[in-house]
Amino acid sequence: MKYSGPDFYHITDLLTEDELLIQQTANDFVQEKFMPLIREHHQRATFPMELIPQMGELGFFGASLPEAAGGAAVSNVAYGLIMHELERGDSGLRSFASVQGGLVMYPIWKYGSDEQKQRWLPKLSAGTAIGCFGLTEPDFGSNPGGMITRAKRTDDGWVLNGAKMWITNGSIADVALVWVKDDANVVRGFLVEKGTPGFSAPEMKGKLSLRASVTSELILQDVVVPESAILPNVNGLKGPLSCLTQARYSIAWGAIGAAVDCYETALRYAKERKQFSKPIAGYQLTQAKLVDMLEEITKALLLVIQLGRLKDQGKMDYTQVSLAKRNNVHIARDIARSAREILGANGILDEYPVQRHAMNLESVYTYEGTHEMHTLIVGQKITGLNAVD
Amino acid sequence: MNIIVLVKQVPDTEAKIRIADDGNQIDEASISFIVNPYDEYAIEAALQLKEAHGGEITLVSLGPGGAIAALRTGLAMGADKAVLLKAENSRFMNSQAVAGQIGKVLADRQFDLVLCGKKAVDTDAQQIGTLLAMNLEISVISSIVELNIAGNQITAKREVEGGTETVSCQLPAVLTCEKGLNEPRYPNLRGIMMAKKKPIEEIVVDVVDSVTDFKFENPPQKAEGRIVGEGVDAVPELARLLREEAKVI
Ligand SMILES: Cc1cc2nc3c(=O)[nH]c(=O)nc-3n(C[C@H](O)[C@H](O)[C@H](O)COP(=O)(O)OP(=O)(O)OC[C@H]3O[C@@H](n4cnc5c(N)ncnc54)[C@H](O)[C@@H]3O)c2cc1C
Repeated sequence: MKYSGPDFYHITDLLTEDELLIQQTANDFVQEKFMPLIREHHQRATFPMELIPQMGELGFFGASLPEAAGGAAVSNVAYGLIMHELERGDSGLRSFASVQGGLVMYPIWKYGSDEQKQRWLPKLSAGTAIGCFGLTEPDFGSNPGGMITRAKRTDDGWVLNGAKMWITNGSIADVALVWVKDDANVVRGFLVEKGTPGFSAPEMKGKLSLRASVTSELILQDVVVPESAILPNVNGLKGPLSCLTQARYSIAWGAIGAAVDCYETALRYAKERKQFSKPIAGYQLTQAKLVDMLEEITKALLLVIQLGRLKDQGKMDYTQVSLAKRNNVHIARDIARSAREILGANGILDEYPVQRHAMNLESVYTYEGTHEMHTLIVGQKITGLNAVD
Repeated sequence: MNIIVLVKQVPDTEAKIRIADDGNQIDEASISFIVNPYDEYAIEAALQLKEAHGGEITLVSLGPGGAIAALRTGLAMGADKAVLLKAENSRFMNSQAVAGQIGKVLADRQFDLVLCGKKAVDTDAQQIGTLLAMNLEISVISSIVELNIAGNQITAKREVEGGTETVSCQLPAVLTCEKGLNEPRYPNLRGIMMAKKKPIEEIVVDVVDSVTDFKFENPPQKAEGRIVGEGVDAVPELARLLREEAKVI
C-alpha cells in the first residue's frame, strides 16, 4: 500500500501499515460514496445527510480519541490522513468531521460530566447524533473573548441569552456546545439540546463557499437549561481554544487533500489538453505551475506528519498547529487558483473540482482562526510580544 | 462453520504497470498493492456466513512477505486469523503449483468451506479454486453470484452465458466468487486497529519453479482514435469504416 497522492519524497516510508490502510478506507469511501453526490449537493447547497451514520460506522468521528471517548485510538497521523481524504472530496465533508470530532466529542470527553459523556459520545461517534460548536458571534470573530452571549444563574439552573453566527452544522445539530459568559464574566460551555424552548438555529443562506456544508445562526432567547447542561470541568477561553487546536490540526491535514485533488486534476488535464503543437503540460509556464504545486504539497505533508508525531508524543504546542494551518491552507488556496488557470475555461465548470475547492478554501482560510490571526500567534511566540491586547 | 478464504495480493487495478529493465518482472516500487477484488467478495461472503451461523474465518495467502498487508486488510474487515504461505518468488509458480501448496496445508486442517475469488486480476487464470477442490477431492461451484447454505446443503447461482444456473452440493466444498455476489464492506477503523492483534501464521513453502521463460511485454501502442462526425449524420460513414476498414461488420 502507498500514500494515496503525489509521493515525490517516498512519504509512504514515514507511514505505518495501518495508517496506509486507514487512508485507503477513507479514500475508497469518499471516492465511491461521496464523489457521485457532491456536484448536486454543491449546486443545491445541501449536505449528504445519509453519509453521516456511514462515516460513524467506519469510525471517522474523533478517530484519534480513546475508545472510551467514542474514538478508535488511531494515531494522529492516521486521523490526519482521514481528514486529507475527506477534504480531497470537499471541504464541507471534512468540516463536518472536524466539528463532530474535534469541537464536540473532544470537549465533552475532556471537560464533560460522566452523564454528558454517556448521553452523547456513543451517538456522536456513531453519527446517529450531530453536534455543533458555537463560539463566533456577529460582532466577535477573531476576538471571541469579547463575546456578549450570557448565562445567568437561577435557583435550579441557568438562563442563556445571545446569538452565535457562522456555526457549522447548527441547523442539523441535535446538541449545540455554546460558549457564553457567566455572571463573573468567565467563559463557560453549555450543551443546549435541539428543541429547547427559546433556542433556534436558522440556516444562513447565500454562501458562495462551503456550499455543501450547513452554516447557521444560533439564537438563544431566555433559554432555560438545567445545571447538568454546563461542562463542569472547564473555565475560561482556554476551553474553546483547546478545541480549536484539535480542529485546526485536522484542517492542516485536510487542506492538503483539497490541494492534491487540484494538482492531480491539473496534471491530468495538462497532459491531455493540446494547444499549438503539443499538450499544454509540455510548455515551461505550465510546468512551473505544476512543479510549484508539487513542491508545496510535499512540504505541507512533511510538516503535518511531523506535527502528528509530536501530537502522538504529547509534545505538540498550539503555535505549531497555527503554523501548519496557516501554511497548508495558504498553499492549498494558491494551488486551487493555479489549477483553475491550467484548466482554462473548463476550470470554472463544476464538472471539475477545482473551482469548488477554490471557493471552499476561502472559508477555510478564514475559519478556525484567520490566516492573519495565526500569523500573530506565531509572531507572539517568536518575539514574545503580543500584537493584540 | 469454519471457513477458509483464499486471498491474493495483486497490483492496484488503477496502477500504471511498468516493466522492470530485465523484462521478466514488473517494477514493484512504482505500484501499490491491493487485495484481489474478487477475493473481497469471498471475504464478505465469509463474514456474512459467520454472522448468520457463527464459526471462524481463516485467511490463507500464498505470496511474498509483502502479501501480509493483504491479509491484514482481510483481518481488518473481520476475519479471525490468517496463514501466509511464504514464497518470495511465487510469481514463478503456475496455478497447479500454487493450488498444490495450498492443498497440502489445508489437508491437515478442519474446515467446512473454502471461498476464493473466481480469478486473480493479475494472472487472470481462473484455476486455483477448481484445482484446489480437485486436490482436496471435494466439490466446487465456480463464479457464484448468489449463495445459500442450509445445514450441509449449499445452493448457489452462477452466471452462465445469457442466464443463471442454480447448482447444489454438500459441504465441504470450494466456492469461487463472482462480482455481484455481495458488496464488500470497508474495513472500519476499529477493525483495522484490532487486526494488529490477530494472529498471522507463517509457513515457508517451496517455490516449485514451474514457469520458465518468464517475460513481460507492453501491449502494442494503440493508434489514435478518429472522430468521423457527430449524431445521426455520422452513422453511414461509421458503418462504412467498420465494414471496409475494420472489417468487423
Ligand atoms: C463557513 C464558515 C463556517 C464557520 N463555522 C464556525 C463554527 O462552527 N463555529 C464557530 O464558532 N465559528 C465558525 N465560523 C466563524 C469563523 O471562525 C470566523 O469567521 C473567524 O474567526 C473570523 O471572524 P470574522 O469572520 O468575524 O472576521 P473578523 O474577525 O472580523 O476579521 C476580518 C479581517 O480582519 C482581520 N483581523 C482581525 N483582527 C485583526 C488583528 N488584530 N490584526 C490583523 N488583522 C486582523 C482578520 O484576519 C480578517 O482578515 C465559521 C466561518 C465560516 C465562514
